[in-house]
Amino acid sequence: MLDIQQIRKDFPILNREVNGKPLIYFDNAATSQTPQQVIDCITDYYTIYNANIHRGVHTLSQEATDAYEEARIKIQKHFNAAKPYEMILTSGTTDSINLVANGFASLLKKGDEIIVSALEHHSNIVPWQMLCEHTGASLKVIPMFESGQLDMEAYTSLLNENTKLVFCNHVSNALGVINPIEFIIEKAHEVNAVVLIDGAQASPHIKADVQALNVDFYVASAHKICGPTGVGLLYGKESWLNKLPPYRGGGEMIDQVTFEKTTYAGLPHKFEAGTPNICGVIAFGAALDYMNNLGFEAIASYENELLEYATEKLLAIGDVIIYGSGAKTAVISFNIENIHPYDIGTIVDKLGIAVRTGHHCAQPIMDFYKIPGTVRASFSFYNTKEEIDTFIEAVKKAKMMLS
Amino acid sequence: MTIQEIQDEIVDEFSMFDDWMQRYEYMIDLGKSLPLIDESLKKEENLIKGCQSKVWVHGEMEDDKLVFTADSDAIITKGIIAILIRVFSNQQPAAIIDANTDFIDEIGLKEHLSPTRANGLVSMIKQLKLYAIAYQTHLN
Repeated sequence: MLDIQQIRKDFPILNREVNGKPLIYFDNAATSQTPQQVIDCITDYYTIYNANIHRGVHTLSQEATDAYEEARIKIQKHFNAAKPYEMILTSGTTDSINLVANGFASLLKKGDEIIVSALEHHSNIVPWQMLCEHTGASLKVIPMFESGQLDMEAYTSLLNENTKLVFCNHVSNALGVINPIEFIIEKAHEVNAVVLIDGAQASPHIKADVQALNVDFYVASAHKICGPTGVGLLYGKESWLNKLPPYRGGGEMIDQVTFEKTTYAGLPHKFEAGTPNICGVIAFGAALDYMNNLGFEAIASYENELLEYATEKLLAIGDVIIYGSGAKTAVISFNIENIHPYDIGTIVDKLGIAVRTGHHCAQPIMDFYKIPGTVRASFSFYNTKEEIDTFIEAVKKAKMMLS
Repeated sequence: MTIQEIQDEIVDEFSMFDDWMQRYEYMIDLGKSLPLIDESLKKEENLIKGCQSKVWVHGEMEDDKLVFTADSDAIITKGIIAILIRVFSNQQPAAIIDANTDFIDEIGLKEHLSPTRANGLVSMIKQLKLYAIAYQTHLN
C-alpha cells in the first residue's frame, strides 16, 4: 500500500494554487510532476560536479562520467536490457523514433512495407511517412475497433514477406488503451520483421522487460516517469544497433578522424554525438530509483483504483461518452454530448484543474470517432480520490454552464 | 457608434461582474445569441488557423461598411468572436485597421484565457484586420 499523503509531500508543485484554487494535476499523460529527490539531484549536479563527460582527466569530469554511466545502468536494469550499451540516451521518444527511422532509410527498398497502428501519435506517423517517401516503401495501418482496441486479425493478414518493420505504441496516448504488444512482436518475427515499440505512455505504469518481450527496439521519455524533460531512451538489440548507421555526426561518436576517413565509435557512443543532457540523464536515473522504490505493482494497482473510481463517477454525471475500453492505464478520454471539449477544459481550468483537451496529436483517432477532440484526464500515483471528487464537481459545473 | 465607443460600452458591461463565472456565463450567452452563419460560409478558406476549436469568419462590404459573420464549434470561443464582431462589424475598413484592442485586456479576457486560446484570439483579430486591409486596398 502506498502512503499517498506522504508521497504528495515529495512533490512541491502540488502545493501551488491555480486561479486561486489548489492545483489538481490530471495531465500526467502529457508530463509527470517531479519529486524533490529528482529536483535535488539536478541541483547537486550543477552545485557540485558539473563537467563534460568521457573526456577530462580531472576529478569533476570523472565524477560526472561515473554518474552518467551509472544512470545508464539504472535505465538498463529498469528495462532489463542485456547490456548497458544497448541503451542509447536520446532527447526523448520522438528523437529515438527518428534515429531508428533514419537508420532504416539505408536498409529499405521499394516494395518493402512498414506497418503502424491506427492509434499512433503524430510523432509516430510522420517519421515513417518520411521514410516511405524516401525509400519507396509503403505504409500499412492496423485498423482499430470502436472500443479503441486494435484489430489483431487484420494485423495478422497485413504481415507478409515484404513487411520489414512494425511500429506500435505500448499504450495509446489519446485513449490509454494497452495494446497486445507480445502478440504483435511474436507475429512480426514470424515474417522476420523488426518491431519498434513506443513505451512513452506505458512507462509510468508498466515496467517493460525488453528481453522477455523479445522486442527489437523500445523507446520512452524520462519526463513521463517523474524525470526531467529533454531525455529519453532507445533500447535496441545489439545486433540491430550495429546494423544501423550513425544518426548525427559530432564529438563522442567517432573513433579516429582523418580528412580521408573517420571510423565510428562503438555502442552506445556511435549514436550519442555531442555533449549529451548529462544532468538530465543522471536525474532520469534518480527518477527511476524513486519510482522503483515505490514499486510499479503498487503504483499500477493504486492508479487502477483511481481509474475505476473516476470512470464510475464520471459516467454517473450523464451524457458522458468515454473513448477506449478494455485494459487501460489511468487515462480517461471523454466528451459530454453536444459540448466542445475545449469549453469543458476552459471551465475546469478556471477551477484549478489541469486536463488536456484537443486531438492529443492523434488526429486519425479523432477522425475515426468523428469528433474534434476529447477531454483527457490522466491520473498518477500522487493523485487522490478527493481530487477526483473535485474534478467531478467541476465537470458538472461546466456541463451546467455550457448546456 | 465608433469602435472606441463600443469598446468602452463592453468594458462597462464586464466591470459589473464580480467573478470569472459571471464573465464566462455572459460570454456563453453571447455565444448562443450570435446570429447563425450561412452553412456555405463554413468553408476551408474562412477557417482561422491557430485555434483549438474551429472558427469561421466571413467579411463583406455593405455600402462603405465591412460586415462580419462568424461561427465556432465551441461555445466560449463563439462568445469571444461575438464580442469581436460587435466591436468591428459594420465599420469602415480604415477604422478597423486603426482600432486598438486594449479592451481585451481590460475585460480580463487575455489574461484569463489559456495561451493556446489566447493565440486563437490573436488570430481572430488578425483575420478581421486582414479583411479590412484587403477591402481598403480594393477601395483605394
